[in-house]
Amino acid sequence: MTGLGLRLAWRNLWRHPRRTVLTLAAIAFSNVLLVFMISLQVGTYGLMIDNSLQALTGHLQVQADGWLDDHRLQQVVPDGAALAADLRAGLGLAAVSQRAVAHALLSSEERSYGAQLLGVDPEREPLVSSLPGLLRDGRWLANGGAAEIVLGSALARNLRVAPGDRVTLLGSARDGSFAASITTVAGVFDSGIAGIDRGIAMLPFDYFGETFAMRGAAHQVVIVTPALEHVPEYEWRAEALLPASANLVVLDWDVLQPGLKQAIRADIGSAFFVYAVLVVLVAFSVLNTQLMSVLERTKEFGIHLALGISPGRLGNIVLTESALLGGLGLLLGMLLGAAVTAWFGVRGFAYPGMEELAASFNLPAVFYPQLNLVSVTAGPGVVFVFTLLAALYPALRLHWLEPVAAMRAA
Amino acid sequence: MNRLAVIVARLAWRNLWRNYRRTLIMISAVTVGAWAIIFMTALMRGMVNDMVRDGIESLPGHVQAHNPGFRDDPSVASLLSSGDAEIAARLDGAGLRAWATRVNVPAVVSSERATRGVTLIGIDPLGERGLSFLADAMADGRALRDADDDGLVLGRKLLAELETEVGKRVVVMSQDPANEIVDRGFRVGGGFDTGLDQLEEAMVFTGKHAAQALLGIEGRVTELAVLGNDFRAVDGLVAQVRALLPEDTEVLPWYELDRYIGAMLDVMDGFVLVWIVVIFIALSFGVVNTLVMAIFERTREIGLMLALGMRPSGILLQVVCESLILLAIGLALGTGLAWATVLPLRGGIDISSVARGMEMFGAGSTLYPELLWRDVRLAVGVVLLLGFVASLPPAWRASRYRPVEALTRSA
Repeated sequence: MTGLGLRLAWRNLWRHPRRTVLTLAAIAFSNVLLVFMISLQVGTYGLMIDNSLQALTGHLQVQADGWLDDHRLQQVVPDGAALAADLRAGLGLAAVSQRAVAHALLSSEERSYGAQLLGVDPEREPLVSSLPGLLRDGRWLANGGAAEIVLGSALARNLRVAPGDRVTLLGSARDGSFAASITTVAGVFDSGIAGIDRGIAMLPFDYFGETFAMRGAAHQVVIVTPALEHVPEYEWRAEALLPASANLVVLDWDVLQPGLKQAIRADIGSAFFVYAVLVVLVAFSVLNTQLMSVLERTKEFGIHLALGISPGRLGNIVLTESALLGGLGLLLGMLLGAAVTAWFGVRGFAYPGMEELAASFNLPAVFYPQLNLVSVTAGPGVVFVFTLLAALYPALRLHWLEPVAAMRAA
Repeated sequence: MNRLAVIVARLAWRNLWRNYRRTLIMISAVTVGAWAIIFMTALMRGMVNDMVRDGIESLPGHVQAHNPGFRDDPSVASLLSSGDAEIAARLDGAGLRAWATRVNVPAVVSSERATRGVTLIGIDPLGERGLSFLADAMADGRALRDADDDGLVLGRKLLAELETEVGKRVVVMSQDPANEIVDRGFRVGGGFDTGLDQLEEAMVFTGKHAAQALLGIEGRVTELAVLGNDFRAVDGLVAQVRALLPEDTEVLPWYELDRYIGAMLDVMDGFVLVWIVVIFIALSFGVVNTLVMAIFERTREIGLMLALGMRPSGILLQVVCESLILLAIGLALGTGLAWATVLPLRGGIDISSVARGMEMFGAGSTLYPELLWRDVRLAVGVVLLLGFVASLPPAWRASRYRPVEALTRSA
């Protein structure tokens, strides 16, 4: 397109300033909304994954094949501590730690509740789980195998115990015998995740092993990699390090918490519907404007055609008009959208009544949208493409315009 | 006045079709917008209603009464002050649709292979009719027969984790009011399947009298559940039940017992409105644009009408009428389209590919869209109202044309 065509297109655009401004506003409005919503999504998903995984799951776990589904005490990783040490050395990661898992009845002087007990390595657990850092009362487990326990806040409240109080464990051991022990509450953690605070207790791995006759075996070896995108690489490296004889598998976070990715997928699905509707509505707006601007110039186009200007060239001018319109809307939308998003990124975005919902996805009540190249460009880019597509019909109409008839048009 | 309205409406209608392309494009846009509003709302309503129903079923009951300490300390120590017999005496003849008392305590279930912490619920199966999901969810074995039944009914997921099955024995441990550990062997009578793992892992049912005997609380219960006619309107029921029971009883509606679902319903109501407004704004630019163009094209004509003595208010009315007709046609088509899209989906949309994710929301794996008349009315009302407001400025401008200037302006 020559400079002349560009200049013509620009002037044509401003023949009806009000119309152009309204169309621009429609494009910009959708773009601002798209930038903000996509930024909000990007920020939320990352947070949701991190918050959900950091409590207990980690990025990868080594388990006996089948333990994930059945959770049987007998489906073990033999000599968990040794395997964790091998993985630490082999992967070059410090954040690797073993756990053993059992269910038992916890009884205080006044109350009895069932809970899931995790036998953890007091020294390494803080590297793979956020819970040791979320202690509300008391202290974390001492290194070694002392008879002590750390409880979730709701569990401690239900049992009516505080650090220093005694709690009795009753359950069944790995060999089918009766597992019972008396232990002292060392601390109480408050994760804000209802299921964990109500139903989880942690005790030293060695003490757990004695009580439940584990003979050194664990149920999971938790691995936290430096970042989510490194997970596949560490997964196959960990697989290569597993002893060939044992029936062990390496599972990534998506397998361990399948709800997480699916919740995100469901959310993306519904968001996509919203975006698509917005884009289609903008396209209609642009189609309307461009068709009007072509129809009212029928006479003028007739003269142009009669003077020997090709329909293709005229069509190009119309398309250029749309491109200018769309481009302006793109710029305006991206700038305004980025500004709005940045403002909420600092101040935080809250929706009334959202706290309860957010908490069930391990999210805080206030969201901070995240600006990045994709979130700023993706939505407006698609809108731009549809702006051009919407101008296609008005531009193509020129090809079947009869110069004489067109010149006579009212 | 009436004749003027007819003339204005007819003029507006004819004007719309002078530029049929433009009108058709705008009607399509409004149709798509209206369809999107109503269809999306129907999907969201379906999801939330599903969640609320599941939530109420797992409570279950629209209204529950407890000892005021129960929610903080849901144990055998928080018994209702009135015994079973007294509650029956108070509630019988009050005209309640359905009610039942339960024993609801934390417990541990052990098979010979595994141990799990659960909530033990002692029920009277006859009173639970219509209240609890249990009777409809039975998958294996038999349902509980009556309050004296001492069989145990567990979720399928829990049966698998305990590596046990119908007919085998398991041990239930809990505590009595003096905090002595009590335990007893139960025979597994049946398994239920709700599709929600969380429910299947957490709840274990037996006969109410069997649970009372185990816990040493004969004749006492922890919970009264009452079913109303409509879960959306339970406040009257709460007041009624509250009046029937002693003062030291806490009577709460489901939305306070399960804050998550209560919050979900509110958020969804707000979200529907936000969604309608957003779509409307996206549409409004086009609608206003159309009006501005239509007025621009007819500048001379409007000048002529004014010169011939038509009142400015007539012009204003005519332009607003034009915009409202446009919106109304689009809304009618969009609603019809939404209805036609929802109708074949009545049987439910299979979303099992994201079922575990939906479980995080508390929703099941099939989505049943629910097109509510209320939402359609809201959408139509909001769009027409905002449409009216948005078309006022251009209409106002048109009605303020000076006849001579407008007549002489070249089109």
